[in-house]
Amino acid sequence: MNTALLVLPVLMPLLTACACAFTFRILWLTSFFSITGAFATLISAGFILANTVELGIQVTAFGNWQAPFGIVFVADRLSASMVFISSMMGVTISLYSCSDLKEKSAYPLYHAMIHILLAGVAGSFLTGDIFNLYVWFEVMLIASFGLMTLDANKAQVSAAIKYVILNLISTMVLLLAIGLLYGATGSLNMADIHLKISTVPQSSQQIIAGLFFFGLAIKSSLFPLFSWLPASYPHLPSAVVALFAALLTKVGVYAMIRLFTLIFNVETSGYQTLLMMIAGLTMLTGVLGAASQFHIKRILSFHIISQIGYMLMGLALLTPLALTGAIFYIIHHIIVKANLFLISGYIEKRFGTDNLANIGGLFKSTPLLALLFIIPALSLAGFPPLSGFWGKFLVIKASLQTEHYILASTALFVSLMTIFSMTKIWTEAFWKPLPDNCTMQPLSRLESLLYLSPILFLCSLTIIIGLWVEPIYQLAYTASENLINPHQYIEAVLSPEAMKAADSAIMTKAKP
Amino acid sequence: MELVWCIVIATLVSAGVFLMLERHLIRFLFGMMIVSNAINLAIFISGRLTLGMPPLVKANELIPALGTANPLPQALILTAIVIGFSCLLFTLILTYRAIKTFKTADMDAIYDNEEPTS
Repeated sequence: MNTALLVLPVLMPLLTACACAFTFRILWLTSFFSITGAFATLISAGFILANTVELGIQVTAFGNWQAPFGIVFVADRLSASMVFISSMMGVTISLYSCSDLKEKSAYPLYHAMIHILLAGVAGSFLTGDIFNLYVWFEVMLIASFGLMTLDANKAQVSAAIKYVILNLISTMVLLLAIGLLYGATGSLNMADIHLKISTVPQSSQQIIAGLFFFGLAIKSSLFPLFSWLPASYPHLPSAVVALFAALLTKVGVYAMIRLFTLIFNVETSGYQTLLMMIAGLTMLTGVLGAASQFHIKRILSFHIISQIGYMLMGLALLTPLALTGAIFYIIHHIIVKANLFLISGYIEKRFGTDNLANIGGLFKSTPLLALLFIIPALSLAGFPPLSGFWGKFLVIKASLQTEHYILASTALFVSLMTIFSMTKIWTEAFWKPLPDNCTMQPLSRLESLLYLSPILFLCSLTIIIGLWVEPIYQLAYTASENLINPHQYIEAVLSPEAMKAADSAIMTKAKP
Repeated sequence: MELVWCIVIATLVSAGVFLMLERHLIRFLFGMMIVSNAINLAIFISGRLTLGMPPLVKANELIPALGTANPLPQALILTAIVIGFSCLLFTLILTYRAIKTFKTADMDAIYDNEEPTS
């Protein structure tokens, strides 16, 4: 029974999605199903996280086909915490969608697709099979395609084309990489591949690793391949863009961390320098792009890119501290970025636009919102004692320890530039008096409450993480140690016989 | 035998990539179809080619005889074809919608026609 728990974060959202899709005429029932389903997922994810921390790595083999033959779901500390934080986002977003997407004609479909997306995200975090990872990526992708085009206005169709085309290229490359990896190792189970990868010649390892890196770089919007993100995100409804910003790119980063610790070795594969350069350039281009924009959603979209650079920097340095920083950063960034997009959604609701030129006077009219904005904004820039400070501190400390001074100074410069764009939003939207030709829509008390309660929840989470950093640091540190030294993962997934079989396969291959 | 298939795949990929670099959306779609089929073939080859040995288990035996064809890549390809087809259909409908909305299938023209967001 205990092992069946691992399936729940995937199964629950799928069931919820079915329930939402079938309540087409009774909208309050859709909201009810959506919120209940999201809470149920959160509870199951909480149990998984607790189990993983207490009992070690949890494994479920489907149909009792033991690894390496069957598909397995594995929850180690990294994936369990990722599932937990993403299902927390599921709760927040489904609450927020009840008010933000209320006027859309496809309201139940929005809820259904949000839950399918969450199922895909949880599946990609949990799976221990590399082809299964591809399948969950596709589930996530199809749901995101749907969410992107449900409004189907001119801007969205044009945005969706760019998003769809680049993401399809990425999945094709990923599929090719998985096929070649299977051809080289004869296995799809990631733990089994870890044992067998040493038999593969270095040159083919490099080619396969390069293909994976390219595919995942598009997914997580790294330096030269990020153009789909700022082109498509600003045209989405606020609830949806908050979900996308929180989860989609992070799944790519997660997969990259998983593959480049378990299967490929960053140091021996010869990609370490490239990874570092791309990390630095991703940070820089993202933040410079944000500086040139004047719409809140566009500024925030560019900031997603620059923050991804910090996570990649953690992976590229590959010391335990750096990986801890990367994991910490992912957790922090999911919360903060979603929150900023939710706030921009509230502003857009009040003014009908997110163009900073037509917004103003928010500090006077809604002082609470100003407080709620400044917390994630400062956290994003890395002010102590908020959560962003610790993520940046860990990553930059690791880069100084390994004497990568250019990377460290880039990271510091980028956080300075982050403050610049955050103050731009602050002065324009909050301090500037309301422009003459613009009006603010009044919101009823209930509507305000529905809008602000998810924002308030995420804000308090940011402060809690910032002040009570030790348990999350410990979690991330143990997770990163397990990533660098994956023998626990291997022992949990593979039975002793399977490990012996893999060993003997390596021996026979090495002999001739 | 593998070499022949490698050349076939290389030809397909180069034709597909050539088409995908076009600005015209329909040509891009054709290119995508070709490349995704080439990738399916590549997965098939990566499972090694075997002649005339279907992976069937004889009665009263637990495992197939040595040297039979590898059935796993076929299962992978089947999954990939289904997923690829659904993605293709979605893109096709999206393209149709884009052509109806913008009255053109040229990416540059679509970009120029975008409404400036207020």
